[in-house]
Amino acid sequence: MKKVIQVALVGNPNSGKSSLFNALTGLNQKVANFPGVTVEKKTGETDLGKDANGNRIFAHLTDLPGTYSLYPKSIDEQIPLQVLCDPDSQHHPDITIIIADASNLKRSLFLCSQIIDLKSPAILALNMMDLLPAKGIRIDVNMLSGLLGIPVVPVNARSGEGVSDLKKAIVSDIPVPQRDFIDIESLVGDFASSISKVIRANSAYAAMQAVCNFPLITYFSSRPEKKMQLVALIEKNHFDIPGFQSRETLKRYEVITEFMRACVTVEGALKKSDLTRSIDRLLTHRVWGYAFFLLILFLIFQSIFSLAQYPMEWFDLGIAFFSQWLESVLPSGVLRDLLINGILAGLAGIFIFVPQIALLFFFIAILEDTGYMARVSFIMDRLMRKFGLNGRSIIPLMSGVACAVPAILATRTIQSRKERLITILVTPLMSCSARLPVYTLLISMIIPTQNLWGFVNLQGLVLMAMYLIGFVAALGAANILKFIVKRGPKAYFVMEIPVYRMPRWSNIGLSILDKIKLFLFDAGKVIITISIILWVLSSYGPGEQFSKIEQQETALEQSKTPVSQEIENQLQSEKLEASYAGVMGKWLEPVIKPLGFDWKIGIALITSFAAREVFVGTMSTIYSVGKENDNLLTVRDKMMAEKNPETGGPRYTFAVGFSLMLFYAFAMQCMSTLAVVKRETGGWSIPLFQFGYMGALAYIASLVVYQALK
Amino acid sequence: MTILPVKLSTLKKGDSCIIQSFTNEELQLKLMEMGCLPGELVVVDRLAPLGDPMAISVSGYTLSIRLDEAASILVTTIS
Repeated sequence: MKKVIQVALVGNPNSGKSSLFNALTGLNQKVANFPGVTVEKKTGETDLGKDANGNRIFAHLTDLPGTYSLYPKSIDEQIPLQVLCDPDSQHHPDITIIIADASNLKRSLFLCSQIIDLKSPAILALNMMDLLPAKGIRIDVNMLSGLLGIPVVPVNARSGEGVSDLKKAIVSDIPVPQRDFIDIESLVGDFASSISKVIRANSAYAAMQAVCNFPLITYFSSRPEKKMQLVALIEKNHFDIPGFQSRETLKRYEVITEFMRACVTVEGALKKSDLTRSIDRLLTHRVWGYAFFLLILFLIFQSIFSLAQYPMEWFDLGIAFFSQWLESVLPSGVLRDLLINGILAGLAGIFIFVPQIALLFFFIAILEDTGYMARVSFIMDRLMRKFGLNGRSIIPLMSGVACAVPAILATRTIQSRKERLITILVTPLMSCSARLPVYTLLISMIIPTQNLWGFVNLQGLVLMAMYLIGFVAALGAANILKFIVKRGPKAYFVMEIPVYRMPRWSNIGLSILDKIKLFLFDAGKVIITISIILWVLSSYGPGEQFSKIEQQETALEQSKTPVSQEIENQLQSEKLEASYAGVMGKWLEPVIKPLGFDWKIGIALITSFAAREVFVGTMSTIYSVGKENDNLLTVRDKMMAEKNPETGGPRYTFAVGFSLMLFYAFAMQCMSTLAVVKRETGGWSIPLFQFGYMGALAYIASLVVYQALK
Repeated sequence: MTILPVKLSTLKKGDSCIIQSFTNEELQLKLMEMGCLPGELVVVDRLAPLGDPMAISVSGYTLSIRLDEAASILVTTIS
């Protein structure tokens, strides 16, 4: 027999909640979203040993978002309320573990006191006891437990010390707290008991939570009659909710201060950690602070740009090898084609992001874990706020230069909904590394290789300008979006600046693993679907034209006589032209003609949706260069030789090249980014809006530039 | 002599003060829950390099607060 105890983990931000969760569950954890909202939900199991009858007992843990109070100030903070105050919630716990930062005991006890008054079994895990000697603080744990009326277990979530005691406490049949922390009746008279008559409530305080938060509690959404009775009672009594919350808070702190006086002794002056103070003097300095941050950005940037290249290249080689092998062992046909060019290409398109995601989150986890991220927010806030962004937006925005996929996953560190959403919306405007091959190809065609003032490479200068255009567009779009995106309910930016701590490698490892899993399973599905659709579009075509080419192809394959590469390339080019993608490209031509594009570019715009760098490959196929001969120079020469039938001059003029580069700079041609945005915003509306606004921006920019320059 | 309360946002680095009252009811609740109670001692640790937000020490820890939010906290300075 297996017995499972539902356990919820709550605590203030920075209290070591995730460390404790990791210490309890290790690798046995799952990441998902809470139903209906994009708030990360981590759940896991831990083995608690055997009970007296020899049955194995497990705890099923749910890690609730960090909060200072049961009264939510953000969507994330609604979760603890919904889980703890609603017995119908699927995550409603048998036992609540409250994790408290012992070096910030007073503030931590506030949330703890609210949970005690909900009258369901609870344990206080007292974390960071190791910081106390340096602060000259001593806590009498037994006395604290006696005063609170719940078990108190000292733990060190970083080292795992005390975790086994905590597990023992979970199985020890904890009673419901008997004593009220504060006397609700003294605040509201018999109002609470009249509420309890209408709704099911464990305690007077649980009834008051229902009064203050009923619109958020799911219990009431399925019971409209209860809700109406409740509202009627609130109105009849002219009950002042904010006034009650404020009096409750004062009362709680009054009792907490009393308890603290009894069980906490402070020896010597209460000093803030001197080390943190000296580090901050440097890291928030007006010169050194920014210099250090720039160095950090540079490091992150360098590693996702260059270090990630190696595993990505090995991976590319591996996939190429594997597809060749498949091609040699499988009989030719639709299935083989689907497997190699549809599914395998899709899988490759997913896994290729893993090194970049791992590296970016390696850095972000360190920044978060050490407490430096709060400083980034502190020194960058003023600057980024002007654009409707947050101090923390700078990291996703800059990472977007390497790749928007990990960058968008990194926006989770931004607590404010509005600022997070704006960051997600504008990050793909930053020129990512997939645009680089497109820029390189086009620049080499339209910009002469000459030096400016003898030493500045003109082509390099234009390349830099393209990156700058992306950055300016991102800030500009943010500036407009801040008027469009609605502010969430009551968003404030009061934020704790935690003391510096050494990073914990196991936490960092788990955080990287979480992000990779999240990306592979959720975004992966969308990417593979789109990849297969793109494969169908470019390998099938309507009408006789296409089947004729296919027949020729089969005939060539069966003839066993060596076919010249040239003929094969020519055939591939014709095939692409006759395919659905080719038809769509031609169909697109009237729409994109004002931008200076022809149907060949139209095809590339469609296939680029798999990833922007596919532009080069598609151009190679269209211009019969052949995919194997992936030589940029050959494609370039072919493209440059192309004549515009209307003018008689070259097809790729400066105006066309520039217009095309701008299109690639602004348009949302990346299925992986769309998939990740869908994942992070919990629906298709935001990614579709993003696809639309970026597309419109790209179209208008290219139109204006082409019409002005042609 | 009574000291008139001033907005926390007007204080400079190193200033100490006592919280008197709040002018924004919603923010007041959040601040109080985080331990910024009337009567509590607040020390301005530093201002961000661009002048906003400010870092304050209160109740044994450090908070970052934007100046427009700090303006809703009325305090009396102490020397």
